[in-house]
Amino acid sequence: MNLGSKHIPIFFFLLFLVGAIIILVLVPEFQEGVIGAFTLIASGNPEVVEITLRSIYISGTATALAVVWSVPVGLFVGLKDFFGKRFFKGLFNALIGIPTVTLGLVLYLMFSSTGPFGSLNLFLSPLGVALGQAILIAPIMVSFTASAVEAVEPDIKDLARTLGASEVEAAFAVLKESTAGVSLAIVGSFNRAIAELGIALMIGQNIRGQTRVLTTTIAMETTQGEIALSIALAIILLAVVLSINLFINLLQRRFK
Amino acid sequence: MHNDPKGRGNMATKLGLWGIVIIIAAIVSIASIVGTFAYMQMSTRQKLVVATTTSLYDTGLLDEVETAFEAKYTIDIYFISVGSGIAIQFAQRGDADMLLVHAPSEELKFLQGNYGVNRKIFAYNFFEIVGPTDDPANIEGLSPIDALSRIVAAGRNSTAVWVSRGDGSGTHVKEKELWAQAGFNWTLIRDEVNWFKETGSGMGKTLITANGLKAYTLTDIGTFLAYSVGTTNQVPNLETLVAQGSELINVYSAIAVNVTANPKANFEAATAFTKFVLSEEGQQIIGNYGIATYGQSLFYPAVELLKSNTNPTIVQMIKDYAYFNDDSTRTECPTQYRYGHPELYD
Repeated sequence: MNLGSKHIPIFFFLLFLVGAIIILVLVPEFQEGVIGAFTLIASGNPEVVEITLRSIYISGTATALAVVWSVPVGLFVGLKDFFGKRFFKGLFNALIGIPTVTLGLVLYLMFSSTGPFGSLNLFLSPLGVALGQAILIAPIMVSFTASAVEAVEPDIKDLARTLGASEVEAAFAVLKESTAGVSLAIVGSFNRAIAELGIALMIGQNIRGQTRVLTTTIAMETTQGEIALSIALAIILLAVVLSINLFINLLQRRFK
Repeated sequence: MHNDPKGRGNMATKLGLWGIVIIIAAIVSIASIVGTFAYMQMSTRQKLVVATTTSLYDTGLLDEVETAFEAKYTIDIYFISVGSGIAIQFAQRGDADMLLVHAPSEELKFLQGNYGVNRKIFAYNFFEIVGPTDDPANIEGLSPIDALSRIVAAGRNSTAVWVSRGDGSGTHVKEKELWAQAGFNWTLIRDEVNWFKETGSGMGKTLITANGLKAYTLTDIGTFLAYSVGTTNQVPNLETLVAQGSELINVYSAIAVNVTANPKANFEAATAFTKFVLSEEGQQIIGNYGIATYGQSLFYPAVELLKSNTNPTIVQMIKDYAYFNDDSTRTECPTQYRYGHPELYD
């Protein structure tokens, strides 16, 4: 096409916009939802604000816990050659697809008061949900970090070593070069955590004032027939994800 | 920095990169977990986990009961809103302190398994058979049993469709009992998948499915009103066709988890909540709920009714359906399943 490849994103954006307008025109509930979302945000409904902040807090904690364990593992997998490396990578890639309900059920059996970790009181607690989400997103972070590191690894690491850097310094040099990929891994994992339902429902059980987050509220309001409210909450969820992504993007540009 | 890499990286080289990383990761994880636990310990209020059937919670009734209760007691209620089947599972595993359920046959098994004590009936209402407005099986105003027979006949002629919860919930248990009373074997007709559709999900989704298929289904009154009344009627193809008949009675009861079987259960808090639900204030909240929104009550209080026999017909229905045999008499809770607090059964 004459327009050139740099215009392709704009085409996709327009396509998305047209799709959104068609849905908006065809489905009256969606119009109510959009109006409802803006009314909820404008009125500062304390319950909606609380639920939104709790969602960010729980999934933020999950992401932090996953980062401290998974980014190093991803770095290790990306940098080192070891026996069974391909199997290990394949395993993590496969674990990305674990159904959240199944993981939630397994974790419930662990956290249940008759289960092996029953005495920790993690069932029905925000920390329990955060731990579950951390386990859910760990494979995404490991796989994406490993790929990002592998993409820059050979030249940078060798160069750093040739220049006399220690292994630690070389690893940090590689990490610095792959910032974009690693932050994509982190942001993508956060998005997955905040948008998942199975674990939040199974471990948290949607308890008002304790473990009620955006996705469990959406599920509950749908069950209760509050369709417009569900759509409004979904729009808030998307807005949260979008603003956090934009924020990280700006941060990246600033420190490039 | 490259002049003296060995000197600068001395400690780092000794531990190795991965050693340092693992130490940092361990410190961050432990700090966040200990911090959260410390924060959680700060709350002095007791915790009462109540596993409840969806129809009570999803109508919003329990939010109102909770607010009134928590204002009086230093107990925080954690409602787990699930189907009656999994609610009983939670209680058996020791993850809940009490149950609010509506499946008497399952409740009896729960008591017999020594998992629960002190069952108290606190409310009742009626199930309804709803269906397409043109009513192809012609069941409007019939008895529930005759209605189901006609639906089966019409279903086999491909003129009607039945949608079933199929999820082991209290409503599903009721549906299976109704099929048995109408003379059908549920395990056999569920295989007639051309007209018998199981959703395996909650009441709301099942109603949406029935609406889409223009099918008949059994529903609790609260969920049906929530979907059909209000700003938008989400089930415009459905209307109430059969709402009369003793077979449709729906009885809600509270059961405390047996503290001798599950020492961790918060039995005293469960008793306090049971007493609140049975109190004049609790019964009034139940009886008035829904009038403002739907112009009718969604649940009827049962305590005064059973005590003073104010409506013998309905009392008899409740006794036939939800009372259990205790030697020669019938009672809401046989004496061997009572534990302390005899005042509950005065």
